[in-house]
Amino acid sequence: MRGRDFENAGETSAEVTAILKDLEIDPDIILRVGVVTFEAEMNVVMYADKGTVTFILTDDEIAVEVADEGPGIPDIDLAMQPGYSTASDEMREMGFGYGLGLPNIKKNSDAFVLASEVGKGTKLHSSIRLDGNG
Amino acid sequence: MRLEAIRDLLQCEVLVGAHLADLEVDTAVASDAMSAVLASPHPLALMVTGLTNIQSVRTALIAYMPAIVYVRGSRPAEATIRLAREKNIVLLSTSMGMFDSCGLLYSHGIKGAT
Ligand SMILES: Nc1ncnc2c1ncn2[C@@H]1O[C@H](COP(=O)(O)OP(=O)(O)OP(=O)(O)O)[C@@H](O)[C@H]1O
Ligand SMILES: [Mg+2]
Repeated sequence: MRGRDFENAGETSAEVTAILKDLEIDPDIILRVGVVTFEAEMNVVMYADKGTVTFILTDDEIAVEVADEGPGIPDIDLAMQPGYSTASDEMREMGFGYGLGLPNIKKNSDAFVLASEVGKGTKLHSSIRLDGNG
Repeated sequence: MRLEAIRDLLQCEVLVGAHLADLEVDTAVASDAMSAVLASPHPLALMVTGLTNIQSVRTALIAYMPAIVYVRGSRPAEATIRLAREKNIVLLSTSMGMFDSCGLLYSHGIKGAT
């Protein structure tokens, strides 16, 4: 994924949800994976220079790992607060920058870790249990 | 409410018809913010939005929303229309604003998806 590449932003989540559908994973789980991936992807496109998404599917869970090279997040607790956003007006006009992405990711994750180094980049790990008893 | 009835009620132009004739929705989510739509995803709800970029269709796909009404006469670009056609998402466009569109839908029995 590349920063500012709004045309392709969201494609990874569309692809992974299609794959999970073929594997006949529970639609509720697919929805959660879709939300996590989409929001993380949008954040890479909006704030970082480039990034990768890795999916790890095991018998028990699906893990989504998003790593980017970018400015990093100086205050993670603040960034996690609903409504907090540093998005530009331009991004808001595109339908983003309402400070809801990270809270959405956390809400849909059974386990969630966000780590960041300012000036280097951000790593996000989310895992979702397949039995749905999060 | 049948989607055909919604098309007539909001005097919509049909951008992608897909399976419009078979569709019925009882609930709707109205927002120009995609994260707000995804904050309380409601499968089978109608999306009402002024946001026309390709992420509107991707959001509908993720959240299992079968149809989008673009308000204020907004129309998505060709790539967005193509994606919707490929994925069978119905796209409608109305010249009405967000408030009037939602008011009309509500008065015809469509409820918010919460
Ligand atoms: N990958 C990232 N790199 C740098 N900063 C980030 C990254 N992800 C999030 N942030 C920072 O955290 C803030 C909150 O992110 P969050 O996704 O919750 O909301 P948003 O992206 O601003 O708006 P929304 O997700 O509702 O469109 C962002 O405004 C940004 O400052
Ligand atoms: Mg975000």
